[in-house]
Amino acid sequence: MVEHLIACHGCDLVHALSDIPIGKTAYCSRCGSILYRPKRDSINRSLAFTLAGAILFFIANTCPFLGFKIGSKIRETTLASGIHQLYQQDMFIIASLVLFTVVLVPLLHILCMLYILIPLRFNRNPLYLANVFRLYLVLKPWGMLEIFMLGILVSAIKLVKMATIIPGTALYAFLALVFVLSAMTVTLDGHVVWKSIDRQ
Amino acid sequence: MEINRSSITANAATAREMGLVSCHRCHLLCKLYDQKSACPRCGTSLHSRKKESVARTWALVIAASIFYIPANILPVTYTTSLGTVQSDTIMSGVIYFIHSDSWPIALVIFVASIFVPLLKLVILITLLLSVQLRWISRAKDFTRLYRLTELVGRWSMLDIYVITVLVALVHFDALADIEAGMGALFFAMVVVITMFAAESFDPRLIWDNLQSTHEEKY
Ligand SMILES: [Zn+2]
Ligand SMILES: [Zn+2]
Repeated sequence: MVEHLIACHGCDLVHALSDIPIGKTAYCSRCGSILYRPKRDSINRSLAFTLAGAILFFIANTCPFLGFKIGSKIRETTLASGIHQLYQQDMFIIASLVLFTVVLVPLLHILCMLYILIPLRFNRNPLYLANVFRLYLVLKPWGMLEIFMLGILVSAIKLVKMATIIPGTALYAFLALVFVLSAMTVTLDGHVVWKSIDRQ
Repeated sequence: MEINRSSITANAATAREMGLVSCHRCHLLCKLYDQKSACPRCGTSLHSRKKESVARTWALVIAASIFYIPANILPVTYTTSLGTVQSDTIMSGVIYFIHSDSWPIALVIFVASIFVPLLKLVILITLLLSVQLRWISRAKDFTRLYRLTELVGRWSMLDIYVITVLVALVHFDALADIEAGMGALFFAMVVVITMFAAESFDPRLIWDNLQSTHEEKY
C-alpha cells in the first residue's frame, strides 16, 4: 500500500501514483513540483551515454585543450597543467574547487554509472548499489562541465586580441562530453535504480 | 509536458500528517518508528524536515552576503603586460567587454557574476521571511522561486573558470602574465556558500504554515 504513495519533495503532499505512460510527467497538484517522469529504456540508453562519456573524458583530460601564441612563443595547456598553475600561485581553494567540479565530479559520475548500470543491464545488482547511487545523487549539483565550457569561450574571446588561440583536441572532446554527460543524466530513471533494490 | 491528471489522486494530507516520512534521497515513504531511523531502501537517515533548516540557511545567507562585498571590491585578476600591472575587479571586467564592443559577453558575465548571486541571496532571504512571517498566500510562487535558485545558482561559477583559463594560458614572464587576486577567492566562497544555503533550505516549510493555519481554523 505504502509503495504506491509518493510525497511531493516540494510541499510534502502525499499523492497516489498509478502507472504513468512514458513521455508523460506527474506534477504535484498543489505546488507544481515534478513527482515522477518515467524514461524509455532508461538503463540501456544511459549506459550507452556513460560509455561514450568515459572515452571522451579520457581524451579531454590528456590532450592539450587550448594553445596560445604570442609572437613566436607558443603555450599549450592541458586541464591538469592549468589547475597546477593555480596551485603554484597559492590559490589553493580555487584550484581545488576547479579540480573538484570539472575533473573529479564528472569522473566519479561516470564511474558510479558504470558500476551501477553494467550489472543492472544484466539484471544483477552490484554490491553497495544504494550507497553508490546515493553518492552519485549527492555529487550531482557539483558537476559543472557546461559552465566550464562557457568559461573557455569567454576567456578565448578575451584573449583573442592579445594573441592567436589554437583550439586543441581536448576542447572538442570537452564540448562533446558536456552533451553526452547531460544525456546520461537525462535518460537515467532514478526510480528504476531504486526499484531494483526492492527486487532483492 | 502536460499534467497527467488521470494518474494522480490528490490526497488532502501531507506525509507528516499521515505519520510518514519521505526519504530525502530515494523518495520512499517510510513509517518513522523512532527519531533515529534510516531509510530501509537506501540507508539515508530520515527526517520529516531538514534539520534546523531556517537557522542553518540564515547563517549561510549572512556569511555569503558578507563575502559578496570583498568579492566585488577586491581585484580578481592582475594582468602584467610589458612591465605594467593592471588589476581588475569583476565589474571592471564587465566594463572592459562593453568598451571592446562585445556587449553580449559583458551581459553574460554581469548576469552570472553580479546579478545571479545577488538574486539568489534576495530570494533565499524572501523564502526565509515567508516561513518565519507565515506569508502563505503566495506559497506556490515561493516554491517556484526556490526551484529557480537551484537552477541558476551554479552558473555563477563562470567567472572562476574564466580566471582559471586566463591564469593557465597567459604565462609569458615579463611579456604577459595573469595572476588571480583575492577577490576571486571571496567570489568562489560566495558561490559555494549560496549553493549550500539553497540545499539546506526546506521548501516544505513554506507549506507547513498553510497546514497549521487550517488546523487553527477547524
Ligand atoms: Zn508539492
Ligand atoms: Zn531512501
